[in-house]
Amino acid sequence: MTALGFADIVRDRDRSLRLLQSYGVYAALVVLFAVSVALDTGFLSAGNIRIQLFQVAPTLLVALGMALVIGTEGIDLSVGAVIALSAAVIPLYLGWGLPVALLVALALGAVSGLAAGAMVAFTRVQPIVATLALMIGVRGLAELVNGSSAKPVTDSALLSLGADGFAGVPLMAWLAAVCVALTGVLVHRTTFGRQLVAVGDNRRAGRLAGLPVRRVLLTVYLLSGVLAALAGALIVGHGAEADPANQGLNMELDAITAVVVGGTPLTGGRVRVLGTVAGALFMQLISAVLTQHNVHTSVTQIVEAAIICFAVYASQERGTR
Amino acid sequence: MSPTVLTSAPPDQEPGPRRTPRATTPTGGERRERLAAQVQRRGALVVLVLVAVVASSVSATFPTWSNLSAILGNNAFVWLLALGMTFVIITGGIDLSVGSMYALGGVLAAYGAQTQGTWLAILLPLAVGAAWGAVHGLLVARAGMAPFIVTLAGLLGARGLLQLVTSEGATTYLVPAGSAFRSLGAGTWTPVLIVAVLFGLGAVLLTRTRFGADLTAIGGNENAARLMGLPVVRSKLLVYVLSATLAAAAGALGSARLGSGVTTIGIGYELTAIASVVIGGTLLTGGSGSVGGTVSGVLLLAVIHNLIDQYASQYGSAFTDTVNGGFLALVVLAQALLDRGRQEE
Repeated sequence: MTALGFADIVRDRDRSLRLLQSYGVYAALVVLFAVSVALDTGFLSAGNIRIQLFQVAPTLLVALGMALVIGTEGIDLSVGAVIALSAAVIPLYLGWGLPVALLVALALGAVSGLAAGAMVAFTRVQPIVATLALMIGVRGLAELVNGSSAKPVTDSALLSLGADGFAGVPLMAWLAAVCVALTGVLVHRTTFGRQLVAVGDNRRAGRLAGLPVRRVLLTVYLLSGVLAALAGALIVGHGAEADPANQGLNMELDAITAVVVGGTPLTGGRVRVLGTVAGALFMQLISAVLTQHNVHTSVTQIVEAAIICFAVYASQERGTR
Repeated sequence: MSPTVLTSAPPDQEPGPRRTPRATTPTGGERRERLAAQVQRRGALVVLVLVAVVASSVSATFPTWSNLSAILGNNAFVWLLALGMTFVIITGGIDLSVGSMYALGGVLAAYGAQTQGTWLAILLPLAVGAAWGAVHGLLVARAGMAPFIVTLAGLLGARGLLQLVTSEGATTYLVPAGSAFRSLGAGTWTPVLIVAVLFGLGAVLLTRTRFGADLTAIGGNENAARLMGLPVVRSKLLVYVLSATLAAAAGALGSARLGSGVTTIGIGYELTAIASVVIGGTLLTGGSGSVGGTVSGVLLLAVIHNLIDQYASQYGSAFTDTVNGGFLALVVLAQALLDRGRQEE
C-alpha cells in the first residue's frame, strides 16, 4: 500500500477504501499505541500492559468464534449468555475438580452453539433471530441454574488460570494466543477454512457445488459456543466470582465490533483472524486511553459508536468484487 | 430443498407478499400455503386466547380487574417500542437502539418538565428522537449500511448521550409533583388509551395509506420497489424516524408515570420489542406483517409474564427469560417451517 501516492488514493476512492478495510486497523492500532505512549509514559509499564492483556483475552476468544460465524454471513448474539451459563455451572461442578467443571461448561457452550447452528443450518431462521432467542433463553437458564446473585469462587487452580502469568504474560493471554494460532490455521490452511469462506461468499452456489454447507454452519456456531464458554471460565477465574446476571453482558457487541473493525465484512466470505486480534486490541486501547485520561464513559461510548459506523462503512463491498 | 412442496413463486424470485388465491379451485399447494399464512398471521392471537381461557378457568386471581389492569397498565408505554419496531421490520430492517432511546427520552422529558414545564417535556424527547432516527435512516437508506450495525452504534451512542445529560447518572431529574405532564402517565386507563390510539393510528398508516403499502413492497423486494419508482430511500428513512420518535415518546410518558427520568431503564427492551413483533407474525425478512399481530404478540408475552409472576415467582425473572427465549425460538422455528412452501434461500 506504500506504492500508492496520496493523489491516487484520493482519486480512487473505492480502492483506498479497500486498502483501509484490509490494513486500516493495523495502522490505526500503531497510531493509537503511539498516542497512548506519548500521552502517558506509564502506559508502557509491565503492570499496565498486563492489565490490558487480562481484559482483552476473553473478548478476543469470543471474537475469534464470532469471526468464523460472520465469515459464513451469520452472527452469534448468544455468546454473552453462554459466558453467563459457563459462569453459572462452573461453581456447581468445582467440587468434582476443575477439569470436570471446565468440561461441563465447554459442553454446555457446545450444546448451545449446536442449537444455534441447527436452527441456522436446517431451517430458514435468520442467524440474528435464532441466536437472539438463544441469548434470551440461555441467560435466563444461567440465572436459573445458579441464582442471579454473584457467588465467590475460591478454587485455586481456576484463580491461577485467571490471574497468574507465564514469562510475564498472563496465562489467559497465552491461551488466547494459542486459540488465535489454531483459528488462523483452521481458516487459512485447511479445507474446512476454504469451505467456510465459500459458504459465506455464496451459500447457494456452495450448496450447488456440493459443499457440506450444513456441517460448516454447525461447526462454526459450535466453535463460537465453546470459545464463549472458555471465555466465561477465564472471566470467573479472573474475577474470583461467578455472576450469571452480569458477566458477559454486551460481550456479543464487543466481539462483533472487534471483528468488524478488524476488516471481516458482515456480508461474509472473508475471515481476518489477525485483523480480529488487532480489532480487539484497538477497541481495548481506545477505552483504556479514554478511561485513563478521565474521559467520561459517555464520551467513550459515543466514540466507540462512531468507530463502529466508520469501520462498517469502510468495510462495505462496493461495485467491484 | 424439498422439491415435493409446490410454490406459487418461481424459484428465482425473492419472497414477496403472498398472492391472493385465484378464483379457480385451489391446488393442494395453494391450500397449504393459505393455511400457513393464516397460522402465521393469527397464530399469536389463537395462542393468546387459549392461554387466557385456560388461565381464567384455572386461576382465581388471573381474571380479576386488578390483575388485568396491571397487565395493561404497567408496561403500556413500552409497547410503543414494538409498534415502531413493526414498521422497521416490515421494511426488512431492525432497530436495536429503542431501549436506549426509551431511557434517553425519559431523562430528557424529566429534564424538560423540571426546567421549562410540560411543553418542553414533550417536545424535547420527540425532537431528539426524530433527529436520532433520521441519522439511523440516512446511514441505512442513503449510505446502504446494515441496519443491525447502524442501530447497534445508535444503542451505544444514545446511552452515551444519556450519561452525558445526567453527568454519568449522578443527576436525577424529577418531574415536579403538580405538573400537568404527570397526568399523562397516571392511573391505568390514561396510558392504555394513549397506547391504543397510537396503535390504531399505526394500523391505519400501515394498511390504509400509500406509505404503508410502500413499506410492505420495499420489504418484499427492495430492488423491484426501486425499479417501480417507489420512494425507497425516503420510506426507509421515515421508518427509523418513526421508531426512534415512538421510543423517545414512550420514554417520556414512562417518566411521567414514574415521576423521574430513570437512567438505568430500558436495557434489553429492544429484544422484547423484537420478540413481540416476531411472535405477532411479522416476518423478520420483511415484506409481511401487521400492527394487529404485534398487539397479540405484546399481550401474549405480557400474559405469560403475569402468569409466571403468579405461579413461578420463586424462579423470578430468570424463569421468565428462559420461557420467553424458548417461546421465541419455537415461534421462529414454526415460521420457518410454515415458510418452506416458498423457496429456499
